[in-house]
Amino acid sequence: MSNETNGKSGYLVEVEDLKQHFPIRTGFTKTTLLKAVDGVSFKIRPGETLGLVGESGCGKTTVGRTLLRLYEPTDGRIFFEGNEVTKSNMREYRKEMQMVFQDPYSSLDPRMTVEDIIGEPLDVHKLYSTKSERRDKILGLMSLVGLNAEHATRYVHEFSGGQRQRIGIARALAVDPKFIVCDEPVSALDVSIQAQVVNMFEDLQKQLGVAYLFIAHDLLIVHHISDKIAVMYLGRMVEMADADELMDNPMHPYTQSLLSAVPIPDPETARKQKRIILEGDVPSPLNMPSGCAFRTRCRYATERCSAECPPFTDRGNGHMVACWEK
Amino acid sequence: MTETNTMPKKKALSLQVDLSKFEKATDEEKRQQDVMSKSTTFFRDGMRKLMKNPLAVASIIVLVLIIGTITVAPAVVPYGYQDIIKVDGKRDKTAKNLEPFKYSKKEMKYMEKTGEKLFPHIMGTDSMCRDYFIRVVYGTRISLTVGLFASILVLIIGVLYGSISGYAGGIVDLIMMRIVDIIYSLPDMLIIILLSVVLNERLSATQNPVIKSLGTNMVSIFIVFGLLYWVGMARLVRGEILKIKSNEYILAARAIGAPSGKIIRSHIIPNCLSVIIITTALQIPSAIFTESFLSFVGMGVKAPMPSLGSLANAAREGLQSYPMQLVFPAVTIILIVLAFNLLGDGLRDAFDPKLRR
Amino acid sequence: MSGKEKKAPLLEVRNLHTSFKTDKGEVRAVNGVSFVLEEGKTLGIVGESGSGKSVTAYSIMQILEQNGRIVDGEILFQGEDITHYSAKQMNVFRGQKCAMIFQDPMTSLNPVYTVGNQIVEAIRIHSDKSAAEANEAAIEMLKLVGINDAERRIKQYPHELSGGMRQRVMIAMALASEPWILIADEPTTALDVTIQAQILELMQDLQKKLNMAIIIVTHDLGVIAQMADEIVVMYGGRICERGTADDIFYRPCHEYTKGLLRSIPRADNMKEKLVPIGGNPINLLNLPHGCAFCSRCDEAMKICLEEVPEELRISDTHLASCWMNVKNGTYTEVPGDE
Repeated sequence: MSNETNGKSGYLVEVEDLKQHFPIRTGFTKTTLLKAVDGVSFKIRPGETLGLVGESGCGKTTVGRTLLRLYEPTDGRIFFEGNEVTKSNMREYRKEMQMVFQDPYSSLDPRMTVEDIIGEPLDVHKLYSTKSERRDKILGLMSLVGLNAEHATRYVHEFSGGQRQRIGIARALAVDPKFIVCDEPVSALDVSIQAQVVNMFEDLQKQLGVAYLFIAHDLLIVHHISDKIAVMYLGRMVEMADADELMDNPMHPYTQSLLSAVPIPDPETARKQKRIILEGDVPSPLNMPSGCAFRTRCRYATERCSAECPPFTDRGNGHMVACWEK
Repeated sequence: MTETNTMPKKKALSLQVDLSKFEKATDEEKRQQDVMSKSTTFFRDGMRKLMKNPLAVASIIVLVLIIGTITVAPAVVPYGYQDIIKVDGKRDKTAKNLEPFKYSKKEMKYMEKTGEKLFPHIMGTDSMCRDYFIRVVYGTRISLTVGLFASILVLIIGVLYGSISGYAGGIVDLIMMRIVDIIYSLPDMLIIILLSVVLNERLSATQNPVIKSLGTNMVSIFIVFGLLYWVGMARLVRGEILKIKSNEYILAARAIGAPSGKIIRSHIIPNCLSVIIITTALQIPSAIFTESFLSFVGMGVKAPMPSLGSLANAAREGLQSYPMQLVFPAVTIILIVLAFNLLGDGLRDAFDPKLRR
Repeated sequence: MSGKEKKAPLLEVRNLHTSFKTDKGEVRAVNGVSFVLEEGKTLGIVGESGSGKSVTAYSIMQILEQNGRIVDGEILFQGEDITHYSAKQMNVFRGQKCAMIFQDPMTSLNPVYTVGNQIVEAIRIHSDKSAAEANEAAIEMLKLVGINDAERRIKQYPHELSGGMRQRVMIAMALASEPWILIADEPTTALDVTIQAQILELMQDLQKKLNMAIIIVTHDLGVIAQMADEIVVMYGGRICERGTADDIFYRPCHEYTKGLLRSIPRADNMKEKLVPIGGNPINLLNLPHGCAFCSRCDEAMKICLEEVPEELRISDTHLASCWMNVKNGTYTEVPGDE
């Protein structure tokens, strides 16, 4: 339990020991628990961006969805402005916390016009009194994300990926939230469009003061947009620090190899770059190694790593690492 | 990159172009290059695709012609489907098994006498001296009606059952789908035959005027369809809903805080509508086929009410001498079933979101 | 053509045009693409979706979809035009001269056969090895692509392998016939970064061992920078510019390439705002009259809207198609392309 659960902690979102286990049928009667998220804690200040990186299957998307209670968490507590968010009062927090999805194609209903998609949150929360107020609000949101008013009556299949993502962002902004979970919002977009959307996230943050949990696997983009970065591996956080600190001085062996594996768009550096190529694949989350989950691919692994799970401890200046050897 | 191409070099002069062209283009000029294609709705786009499909268009034309004929013909043709042809108010026993467009002896005498032209027997007459064309028209009416209503019955039951099962999920879904599996495993023809035998006895005792006029066999056909044939539709709708449910826009609606009712109404139903319509269009020919088959084996509509199947059955006896009497109903069945199937396929190609792009 | 007198390059594509017939009209996916691939080198084709980069690769292999066909142009393999090859000749070309790996290894492997079955089949089609010999060779191949305990893996089905492992198997199959050229269409897009690093390193190793040429098609500038000796930048079915990796990354001469390099986060612009390319992706059904990129280009001139820029030689290794080079005089000569 945190000692900062009163309203004056200064944090917008606090997550304590969040766990999300899914029962998976592995035999005729046998079920195994898939520990998608297994004890994750973090805090986000108002107007701040926490980047969450990791490879597919590490549980980063599940963290975002559980945070918004799209899944019912197995364990752990979530606080918003110091108040605990529970199942019963979630509905009112829906106005404070929103989400932008990865796939700009499947996250927008193909049978609805842009106007109706952006208007849906307004309808649900009854945020207008007259039809013309609804329309004004929608047009305001559209211009905020750089869409023309003439796009309002069109259907989503007529838009490119980047424009669709703008529609998705406008929908999230409709309820005027303080916190947005961005689940890989640019990874499905073309390189030349990614920068547009990243810039828009940054501008909106400046303008509206929203905080983001920015989930992505592209470390360069996460570095660019985030104040802090957290790295996940198989459901647990292995390292969390300020963005520059993490990029310049990664401590956990996994973070180190992740950083060195990122292809740098610069031939000179690419030629000189020494890579730490990780052996093997990520273990199945249904059959996790004992102790530290990373030990099967780690160069520094010792017996202690297989015996005990390393604690997530502060190594100074809020640089949190979960590793016995580093 | 090495250039191995040794084609004649272009003169550098060709690049001495008008300098005014190298002025910066305005945003307005640039925007003109970037026009968005014309706005279309899902429905309009689908219709445009459908109208480009020649088979689907031909099917629509055939169906319109058939439906037009069966609505208009009874008003135009002066013969009744169960009446023996009468000449001058007297029954004409010579008008037996006539060839198409032929007149009986009595009719020819009558026409010579009065100079009045009698309405031709477009498809000839049958062994009981009845005009065959009007019988085929009525048979088509019956077959189409049975097909249509049976499909609507299947639609209603299947969609309701499937959507409840799909949306509820979990244990409810499990139980409901096992029931569907059981119904699926019943041999449908056997059940139809048994049911219509049993129902025939039960229903013939009732005095209900609606059932009386429809004939007990017809009623049993509907009951059988309502009991057995909805399972395919239910499975399909359930699958579709499960698929739609996994889309991120459902998750987005939940993140917004939309209640279940609104999610079903504004997201799930509109998105599975096209699949439902397509399946219904494909269900109609299968219902017509079943009805025709049942009538052919004598378990269908009650005589003297004709259906395409019972007409074909009746024609079997005189097959050697009067093959045309089998050809007409058979060809009609083929045309209708083929047209509906092709139309269904065309609808699927045009509207199924899975096949788009 | 006098090009044959000296040794013809391994693969040369000249003025390739590929179109698709769709119910919304003809989509000209590739419009006059030319490039040269030398033995043992890596050519990177980079571009965004709809740029025609994958269609170019598919055209070389002639595995276009039913509605697509090569409308014009030549594809010369060691000086021989393969666009007029019969289906039989093409099969030989595809098997023995040129192999391809795809983005999604799951859909390119047949789920009902074991990995071994599929590699053995690939080997036996192109050689007269006996089943036992081919099996030996398959295990050799798996070891070559860095799969541990190949003897066990060879009996497994594709779904039992991880994504990275499947891509390795795909590479093993592609290399079974010892091709001259390996075409890799977004080979690591579906993989995680750490696995991507493994696969890229594997491809570089194999290239050295087997002296094979690689064409790598990708949208990821990082992957291109790491892999490619020469780079072709494509936009809207046309080549924007081509040259060595250093030419493209350090001396870009096309506004699209410049914009692309500005818009990605790099070590040196982390604290600055990214400079995005404005506008929307191109609509292939509705190509502009002039340069495909003109509507999104900050520097666009009147001529850019009206005329397609010609390919100009910037240096010995570097060609670009941008009117800005004409305006600024930053070119040496006009090559003979019509």
